[in-house]
Amino acid sequence: MAKIKGAVVVDTERCKGCNLCVVACPTNVLALATQVNSKGYNYSYMEQENACVGCSTCAFVCPDACITVYKVKLDK
Amino acid sequence: MSQTNSSINEIIKPENLVYKKPSVLNDNPMHYCPGCSHGVVHKLLAEIIGEMDIQEDVIGIAPVGCAVFAYKYLDIDFQQAAHGRAPALATAIKRLMPEKYVFTYQGDGDLAAIGTSETIHACNRGENIVIIYINNGIYGMTGGQMAPTTIEGMKSSTCPFGRDISLNGYPLNITDLLVRLEGTRYVTRQSVHTSAAVRKTKKAIQKAFVYSMEGKGTSIVEIVSTCNSGWKMTPEGANDWMVENMFPVYSIGDLKDI
Repeated sequence: MAKIKGAVVVDTERCKGCNLCVVACPTNVLALATQVNSKGYNYSYMEQENACVGCSTCAFVCPDACITVYKVKLDK
Repeated sequence: MSQTNSSINEIIKPENLVYKKPSVLNDNPMHYCPGCSHGVVHKLLAEIIGEMDIQEDVIGIAPVGCAVFAYKYLDIDFQQAAHGRAPALATAIKRLMPEKYVFTYQGDGDLAAIGTSETIHACNRGENIVIIYINNGIYGMTGGQMAPTTIEGMKSSTCPFGRDISLNGYPLNITDLLVRLEGTRYVTRQSVHTSAAVRKTKKAIQKAFVYSMEGKGTSIVEIVSTCNSGWKMTPEGANDWMVENMFPVYSIGDLKDI
């Protein structure tokens, strides 16, 4: 059965750490980092990398358009 | 169950891309507070303009309010109107250049307070424009004062104990009012708090843009939004509060589509 795997890339300098992507993610991939960007925001990052299915929910709700989503279908 | 465990770097390749920042939205970091609904709506506008390939044919009118700097983020032609006068300016632009897509982008303080007259008359004349109306029930930019759209019991800096109907009157549901006008063609109320809602809002705005070129009246897309800074809440707390308290007053869905 084909398995879908995804990955997101967060533009950490653009991210304002609003947490909306973290609560929106259906597979609890994202979390806010303990580090901050140059503006002092705790940016979002992939904490559970393997759980991502590339559904783009985080990117849809992101108010600052800082999430890019990639997705692959793995055969077998 | 260990399958060909392609690492994250193998997934992050241009051919696997499924979602990225629309190119119509430029790289300027937005000045909005973290979690503000304005950002999502800007992004949707950029996506729609990109997908419809109308970047050269669209003119936006920025309001007075938080979205006054909308022209800094969307890479399209923009005008900035005096407070509340965006529909009047849009009327002029659309009449002079009927081949252009003309939209106004207004908040509730702009559209439903100082601009009530312009809004109602532009809609009553049936101007072929799109009105994007962001309703968060508060004057966000000036510090969270009570707006005409503030719902009963909602706290703001000028009604710290909640809006009292006997003192401040009823919340103004201007979109319901506009439904009754002959000049409006498409009136809808949407939100952007979940990804499903974002997709619906995108479809609604796209429809409004298409309708605006058919010459059959004004299209209004109200977006019930949050102002977490003004409401003194976290972004996700503001979303929950909106679902619980704003939606019963401002019900989501198409109100008119002819």
